[in-house]
Amino acid sequence: MTGGTVAPTARRLARRVIFYGALVLVLGVFVFPFFWMAFNSFKTHEKILEYPPVFMFAPTLSNFRNVVWQTPFAQYTWNSVLVAFGSVAVGMLLGLPAAYGIARHGHRTLALSILVCRMIPGISFLVPWFIVFRALGLIDTYTGLVIAHLVITVPLITWIMIGFFEEVPLELEEAGRIDGCSRLGVFLRIALPLVRPGLVSAGILALIFAWNSFLFPLILAGVKTKTLPVVVYSFMTFDYLDLGGIYAASTLITLPVVVMVLLVQRQFIRGLTIGGLKG
Amino acid sequence: MAAHATEGVLGQSRRPGLTPGLGRWIERHVSWFFVLPAALFLAAVVAFPVLYTAGLSLFRWSGAATTSLAWVGLDNYRDVFSGDPGFRNALWVTLYFTGVSVLIEVGLGVGLAQLLNREFVGKGVARTLLILPVAGTPVALALVWRHMYNPSNGIFVWFAELLHLPPQRWLADANTVLPSLILFDVWQWTPLVMLITLAGLVSLPSDFYEAAQIDGATPWQVFWRITLPLIRPTVVAAAMLRFMDSVKTFDQIYVTTQGGPGIASQTLNLYVFDQAFQYLHFGYASALLVVLFFVILAGNLLLVSVRRGQA
Repeated sequence: MTGGTVAPTARRLARRVIFYGALVLVLGVFVFPFFWMAFNSFKTHEKILEYPPVFMFAPTLSNFRNVVWQTPFAQYTWNSVLVAFGSVAVGMLLGLPAAYGIARHGHRTLALSILVCRMIPGISFLVPWFIVFRALGLIDTYTGLVIAHLVITVPLITWIMIGFFEEVPLELEEAGRIDGCSRLGVFLRIALPLVRPGLVSAGILALIFAWNSFLFPLILAGVKTKTLPVVVYSFMTFDYLDLGGIYAASTLITLPVVVMVLLVQRQFIRGLTIGGLKG
Repeated sequence: MAAHATEGVLGQSRRPGLTPGLGRWIERHVSWFFVLPAALFLAAVVAFPVLYTAGLSLFRWSGAATTSLAWVGLDNYRDVFSGDPGFRNALWVTLYFTGVSVLIEVGLGVGLAQLLNREFVGKGVARTLLILPVAGTPVALALVWRHMYNPSNGIFVWFAELLHLPPQRWLADANTVLPSLILFDVWQWTPLVMLITLAGLVSLPSDFYEAAQIDGATPWQVFWRITLPLIRPTVVAAAMLRFMDSVKTFDQIYVTTQGGPGIASQTLNLYVFDQAFQYLHFGYASALLVVLFFVILAGNLLLVSVRRGQA
């Protein structure tokens, strides 16, 4: 009798061990490059080059010091911050009313056209932009970079916010109308405050992608406005010898993204699958 | 009476004093005012460049402001399709890279989602960790992978040694560069497919499973006969999404190999980039872009029809 109860418990335990083992293995694989990035950033250049790879060493901050003090890192960071926040702010101005208009009044064509932005490779915009921006003197300016990154932020913000605006109860808006709000008033005073959580997620998500962008600044930025991804890349091409600096700079760029991921979590997947999972 | 509630750009026109007709007109068409800024933006920054590209593809131009455009009609397209080995190579590399990575990502992602589709300690942490590869700055990740693949001191050489695999040169060998890049892509994007599938699994009705349990179905049968048919739309959507993004892959390949060795990993995206910004063949690059656009359109239409066929 007792044997009958012990066996299933043992099997359940074994199953649990196998499950957690598999889980750790899977997560380990996906986290490893991040670990390796951070880990190597504390090694000296010589230690990084050692083979087989070194796991015990005296950690040093010299890579970070070199990157931050011996390059105009503050300037580059400022460029990245300015472009990311600028394109998110303008993206909100364009995307929020559009999302509201689409959620409340249809406008399917616009919704789909915005989606097409996400389908077209960035390089397709880049050739004409480069020509036009050069003619207008927008190369190597913050304005030019913000305009370019709107192609990333506007679709993200619009499509995420459509979902949130659709969830705002119509009765609340009707009540607002009866109380004398204009439609714009309803949007500004009733709908917008209600979607604030969505607004934060959409903003952070757009911020991540603007921050990560490489192709646009690679062509449209110059010495003055270079953003961080372009800078780290240039560390490699001109100064491949300083692997420590590359690891340290990569870690510094990735850190804010990790923090932002912790802030958005669930919305992240929703944002990446915009349009793809509906209709 | 409503003046206090209608400040703002549009509200001002409803102030008493303005003709009530105008206010009413704005009010009636107000939905257009919401979407107008975004629509104008799209027209100026997206639609115009696309048309400009289409136009430019009919010219030969070095991109220098001082030289003028030379009309060549459809010559650029003729060059693309007849005997440009660079294009043929890039098309093949793109299809290979995209096809194989999307297949593996979807298969692996759906499989691993099965593993995670249960209650366990640390589920939230697991989900957060899985987002990291998707959200991490591609350039930073590509630099790390580039060094991990280094044939003389990269950690992959060490892994291969530990597993007693024959030594590989990874990105440095024309024969292994694409599989290596695919592995990088699979690492980066499988989590996304997993998380999408997981979201789909959660919303499945439980009665099918209860019925299957009563009938004594094996887990394997349950997966193939119940789960898979039910989540098929989600899986196809995930595949579509991956296809869309995979064709666009630029940062990861540019940073790790720049399309090399030689042109072994030069996708259409990188080929266009080189033609435009390396060789300044702007007209030719534009023609390539138009072709690339149709490749993407065709791929998406194919996936949409697969999806429709199932629905």
